[in-house]
Amino acid sequence: MAVGERTANPPLSRFLLPILGVVALGLCIGGVIILINPHGGQNLLAALYDALGNSSGATDLRNGHGDQLLAKVILAVIAVGVGVGGIWLLYLGVGGMVGMLRPAWRDRILPWVFVGPALVLLATFLVYPGIATVARSLFDGQGHFTLDNYAVMTSPEMVEILRNNVIWLIAATGGSVILGLVIAGLFDRIRREALAKTFIFLPLAISLIGASVIWGFMYAWEPAEQPQIGLLNAIIVAAGGQAIPFFTTSPLNIGAEIVIMVWLQTGFAMVVLSAAIKGVSTEIIEAARLDGANEPQLFFRVIVPSIRGSIVTVTTTIAIATLKIFDIIYVTTGGRFHDDVVANRMFHEMFQFFNDGRAAALASLLFVAVLPVMYLNLRNFRRQQVEA
Amino acid sequence: MSAPAPAVTRHTAPVSPWRPALLRSLPVRISVFVICFLWTIPTLGLLVTSIRNPEQISSTGWWTALLNPFGANQWTLSNYQQVIGSGGMGAAFLNSLIVTIPSTVIPITIAAFAAYAFAWIPFRGRGILFTVVVGLLVVPIQMSLIPILKLYSGASLYGTFVGVWLAHTGFGLPLAIFLLYTFISQLPRDLFESAAIDGATHLQTFIRIVLPLSIPALGAFAIFQFLWVWNDLLVALVILGPSTDLRVMPTALYALLGSRGGQWQLLTAGAFITMLLPLLVFLLLQRAFVRGILAGSVKS
Repeated sequence: MAVGERTANPPLSRFLLPILGVVALGLCIGGVIILINPHGGQNLLAALYDALGNSSGATDLRNGHGDQLLAKVILAVIAVGVGVGGIWLLYLGVGGMVGMLRPAWRDRILPWVFVGPALVLLATFLVYPGIATVARSLFDGQGHFTLDNYAVMTSPEMVEILRNNVIWLIAATGGSVILGLVIAGLFDRIRREALAKTFIFLPLAISLIGASVIWGFMYAWEPAEQPQIGLLNAIIVAAGGQAIPFFTTSPLNIGAEIVIMVWLQTGFAMVVLSAAIKGVSTEIIEAARLDGANEPQLFFRVIVPSIRGSIVTVTTTIAIATLKIFDIIYVTTGGRFHDDVVANRMFHEMFQFFNDGRAAALASLLFVAVLPVMYLNLRNFRRQQVEA
Repeated sequence: MSAPAPAVTRHTAPVSPWRPALLRSLPVRISVFVICFLWTIPTLGLLVTSIRNPEQISSTGWWTALLNPFGANQWTLSNYQQVIGSGGMGAAFLNSLIVTIPSTVIPITIAAFAAYAFAWIPFRGRGILFTVVVGLLVVPIQMSLIPILKLYSGASLYGTFVGVWLAHTGFGLPLAIFLLYTFISQLPRDLFESAAIDGATHLQTFIRIVLPLSIPALGAFAIFQFLWVWNDLLVALVILGPSTDLRVMPTALYALLGSRGGQWQLLTAGAFITMLLPLLVFLLLQRAFVRGILAGSVKS
């Protein structure tokens, strides 16, 4: 729209656009100032009330009462306006200015206007912190090189944590991928496939903490004389057994927590693998069938090998998510019942024990664990570049 | 070359090639039904419990309510009233919107510009820089937390919405750039050549040609990033801190867990509120949702 106007009526837009730009920039800076202040929304609305002569409303707001909800809505509108508008303004403004330069300069600078913000953010939020974290794990407070933060990893407590992570990695990843594969294969044979898949897929929209509450209720445990309101314990009691406090019983609690992850991730594995199964060529399947393969053989000997690539992708994606697992342990048990994992322990080292060095070492450990996947990604990428 | 394949399979999908009539028999259908049923029970239990009377929740299992759905005094919405008001879930919902919308739009915008440059503007160091982006795809967020926290307390970004936006932008960028690059680099070369002949600048080409054509990829990533930010607990805990004013959905639910651990009527209602928007997105945009999930996974 604005671009069209400019070609139609250059003199007007030559003045109008810069003025609009300056006004928008001012609004954005004002918005950021309000947003940086934790009580920005309340203060703004209070100032507005003062201007309107409603001083009691303003006082209420400043004391943390009154129209808090309205203040929050105003803040939300400002936040979205600044966040979304500001970023576009930045690109259009700087891009427009660079466009006015001489062509030789323009061509040299413009690519950096396009990639610059991304590179700055990547450097600030991933590259620099990554290096700083590794460094923090290797040097003590006085700047001396030390391996102490890693030496702790051999203590029985830490060995247990590492063992738990390995159990998670194998059971949660394996469980999700195998279940996802079986369900994808099974559901491929029914008529209302899409509807059936929705049920399995739905949990993917749910947060890990939401899923933990859902399953916390499934696992709920009451003392023996009281009625069991958790479904699993109700079934156990109805079958004549004794109710189990799932989350506090080691090592059962690790399995109980892994079930939550599998429940969430199976849908993801199913969707990706189901799409891959539909991509297997009809000729291969018909040929196998002509050779006398029965249906299980067809699935395991023909279809599974043909979708190997997708299986690898799904496995690595779920494995990386599992390696970093934090939310489920943090909200169900806090890792207090021999079920702690690396990411949860790291969080507690940071905020409970204030031991940054050890937290950094734990983070670095996770990083080392994903290095093989990073290598694979880079190799695949290089290969694609060569082919292209 | 691989781009048109999904479209073709989608049209032929309803009849899978290896589906023999005989095996579409009862056992398969029964097992499908059982699996779907089992998968839904946990969520169903949550939903039913969230609208039951608190006294009944603690005295009988939620499944008994389904057997007797018309019992007197059985259902109530007061659990929701309570968590939205005094439980703080209402304010947290707004905070989550404040956090999530910019945290989705900002990385998409920045990544789209970068992806276009990586794909179509030659410049020095392009190859090596993009390789770095690919390498950053799998770096765990945990590697960034300690230095970012230090940086933030120095720059007074700790406990601010701006701080969370920037963090989510930084963490989401590698995947966003990678996905959009994959898409934008496959647009036909002729488009860009004719635009250049018409005298369009890169900025104009990007806005008028690349953005409209990339809507499927942008939408897919938007859904992926939206879900990830909306459901994120870790970054919210670390960067927004313990302030009650700044609670988002996951941290508000966590606070409920801590303060009202045994009160299932509040926990279930609270948990359902956190799931509301993602489930809505899921049900309304299922196809784009699937595309987002698929796109988010494809790294090879």
